[in-house]
Amino acid sequence: MESLAHSKAFASERRRAPTRRWAGPRTGGIAALALVIALAPLVIANNYFYDVAILVGLNAIVCVGLNLLIGYAGQISLGHAGFFGLGAYGSALLAARYGFPPLAALAAATAGVALVAFVVGRPILSLQGHYLAMATLGLGIIVSIVISAEDRITGGPDGMAVPPMAVFGFIVQGERTWYWVVGACLLVAVWLAQNLVESPVGRALRALHTSEIAAEVIGIDSARHKLMVFVLSAVFAAVAGGLTAYYAGFITPAKASFLHSIELVTMVVFGGMASTFGAVVGAAALTVLPQALTLLKDYEMVVFGALLMATMIFLPRGVVPTLADALRRGAR
Amino acid sequence: MTALRVERLSKDFGGVRAIHELTWEVRRGTIHSIIGPNGAGKTTLLNLLTGVYAPSAGRIVCDGRDLSGAPPHTFAAAGVGRTFQNLQIFFNMTALDNVMTGAHLREPCGLVSALLHTPRLARAEGECRARAMHWLRFLGLERYAPMAAASMPYGALKRLEIARALAAEPSVLLLDEPAAGLNPTEAREIDALLKQLAAGGTTLVLVEHNMRLVMGVSDHILVLDYGRRLAEGTAAEVAADPRVVEAYLGAAEAAVAGHA
Amino acid sequence: MAGQWAQFVAGGLTAGSVYALVALGYSIIFNASRVINFAQGEFVMIGGMSAVSLVATGMPLPLAVAGAVLIAAVVALLLEKLAVARARRADVVTLIIITIGASIFLRGLAQLVWDKKIHALPPFSGDRPLAILGATVVPQSLWVLGATVAIVAALSWFFGRTLTGKAMLATSHNRLAAQLVGIDVGRVLFASFGLAGALGAIAGVLVAPITFTSYEVGVMLGLKGFAAAMLGGLGSFAGAIVGGLALGLLESLSAGYVSSAYKDVVAFVVMLAVLFLRPRGILGTLQGIRV
Repeated sequence: MESLAHSKAFASERRRAPTRRWAGPRTGGIAALALVIALAPLVIANNYFYDVAILVGLNAIVCVGLNLLIGYAGQISLGHAGFFGLGAYGSALLAARYGFPPLAALAAATAGVALVAFVVGRPILSLQGHYLAMATLGLGIIVSIVISAEDRITGGPDGMAVPPMAVFGFIVQGERTWYWVVGACLLVAVWLAQNLVESPVGRALRALHTSEIAAEVIGIDSARHKLMVFVLSAVFAAVAGGLTAYYAGFITPAKASFLHSIELVTMVVFGGMASTFGAVVGAAALTVLPQALTLLKDYEMVVFGALLMATMIFLPRGVVPTLADALRRGAR
Repeated sequence: MTALRVERLSKDFGGVRAIHELTWEVRRGTIHSIIGPNGAGKTTLLNLLTGVYAPSAGRIVCDGRDLSGAPPHTFAAAGVGRTFQNLQIFFNMTALDNVMTGAHLREPCGLVSALLHTPRLARAEGECRARAMHWLRFLGLERYAPMAAASMPYGALKRLEIARALAAEPSVLLLDEPAAGLNPTEAREIDALLKQLAAGGTTLVLVEHNMRLVMGVSDHILVLDYGRRLAEGTAAEVAADPRVVEAYLGAAEAAVAGHA
Repeated sequence: MAGQWAQFVAGGLTAGSVYALVALGYSIIFNASRVINFAQGEFVMIGGMSAVSLVATGMPLPLAVAGAVLIAAVVALLLEKLAVARARRADVVTLIIITIGASIFLRGLAQLVWDKKIHALPPFSGDRPLAILGATVVPQSLWVLGATVAIVAALSWFFGRTLTGKAMLATSHNRLAAQLVGIDVGRVLFASFGLAGALGAIAGVLVAPITFTSYEVGVMLGLKGFAAAMLGGLGSFAGAIVGGLALGLLESLSAGYVSSAYKDVVAFVVMLAVLFLRPRGILGTLQGIRV
């Protein structure tokens, strides 16, 4: 009797297995996100809301990458705004001062950031816990201070202007055009991230998050994997930074600040650790929230700080995974 | 045919010498046990044999290659697998994923193919999944496959850790107290499993306190005391050695007597 | 030239003393719980700003200082009880983010309770500069240095002679053993926060007459104080002093002789150097991890 039930369960699992590809979060979730992006303009009333949506998208791209580092690999970075800022300023400088075509500038700046992340990543990721946190924090702040101080090159605290992004002669400008550009980039980012999560690399990351020793003993080179995901998350941040620069037409060192780094971590943590869609939700929630609070601008910090504390105390895994668990339990 | 050999191996922790000039050899295809009182250095030795600790002195040779001081993943690549005394299961994954992760070295995957989920990767994943199910079935765990590891009972988790280690198809498998916390029935199952593995050609090294298991299964026993080799030999030789009996083998003597 | 050098040293020692006091706060809490309290800098800010408010109500300065220290200590105790205690079993990253959230929360609260402007506290004993060993020093600097020395002496007595202090010291050496001999480590953590809050506030009050204070002043001071704690050895009390003074001097001398635009960078470069080259700092002890 028991074996019948078991073989039934196993048979249904076997039946489910080949269809997993189509129903899983990778394709199902991405399709849902694509739908949301495609249909949202129907409800977007004016340019201001397009602007908010674009900001959500840009933050989400960074958060999806950062979530791979924090949520899956279990590391921490309190300085990711540094990579964002380097991507932004790198693209801006190459385009404005050296006449690079904007896409080439973006690519070159991203490659540069990847190199920086690779070089600093090796020593930094050998640190654990709070030492790693402080090292990333230190690096992020050093980047923002350097950007501010080298005002001859970067325009200093007042920022610098960025030429518009032109692709094969077509100038990308205006909220509606940028909405589609950012939406497409976000879909690509989510697709890449989900692919990674469900691959052997993704399993290796989750493994070393739980037990680095067991992972190593299995043959997972944890240092190499941590570095890989660190560089990848830096690349996501750099691309988002470059796009932000082109979109806004202007960048300031505030984009590389410690506060921005914390905002990014908050989004990932709030939305959900080890959940790509959680990262998107977190970015959306915490980009829209300050906008909604513009009337109560003075309360922004208090709410942010309280939210951060409350999430980590009561929902340490973030909103989306906790909700998903509750739904799963309710369904059973 | 030597699978593993250590030569004058020593390990210090600050002022404490945990392993002292140990020279020892494990022959291919046999079941070796390491026994000794608590604190004798058994787990330390396992940690040294898997690269978790680097030796303070001496050499570790695996299959002819000197691996002293190499990181754990290098030992894994050389065919050394291991289970832990305190479960190191990946609780944030399903049982199936745990075993699939165990096969990490068998499914090399670059960053780009992972990001793009190439068709070749999809095929490799399918094969990996099938092989993982095979190992789960081998250990009687197939019903746990889609379940979160965190919800599995303790006995099943001990077997899961073995399944995960086997997924790498190691030539030498080190097991740290595989019968700890198991009832007599479960322990007998482990006994049968170990014999089956050895018959299949896997070299096994066991750290165990369960004397009945050790005496019944081992081809060769190493007795450690305060990090040094106290005695070595077959079960009968070790049980008869007066130094061993004096050190702690009262329980084992009774077990051997019960066996005979 | 010699005068310039002395000037930098004087400035460096003054800033360094403040860093040392902040660093002590980090070490005390780290010892009790292995947590890095990112909100430490905000205790400094609360101390300075509270003192300003209390002075504005007409309170005499010494009373205002005491009041400010008390307020910051209470805030610190509340933080421990309401936020940190609840998440004590959480992992390091979670705890770090909680204290970061606390620091943002406190800063936002300060913005509401006070305002965004810069405020000054009257110096303790006038502001006529004195000439000492070739340097021009404001009397407040001497207060800073003197108070730091007094505090270090008081803390030595506290940790060496009082039961609470010894309990805190025991907990920092071996938490489990401390619990086994009956020390309530939860209460030790509670007290540690209070003490760290008080120390931070004292630093804030001491330095407010020199560098002024505002709701934002805690961020950089907190981070630099942490760099000082790392430099001296996180968890070591002597290290906090050594690290603080060393950092203050490094900062001052590099700002004077190398570049003043990059003055703030020094602390972080130092922190990174310590993390990469000698994580245990100058006076810290090696802590191995047993598998």
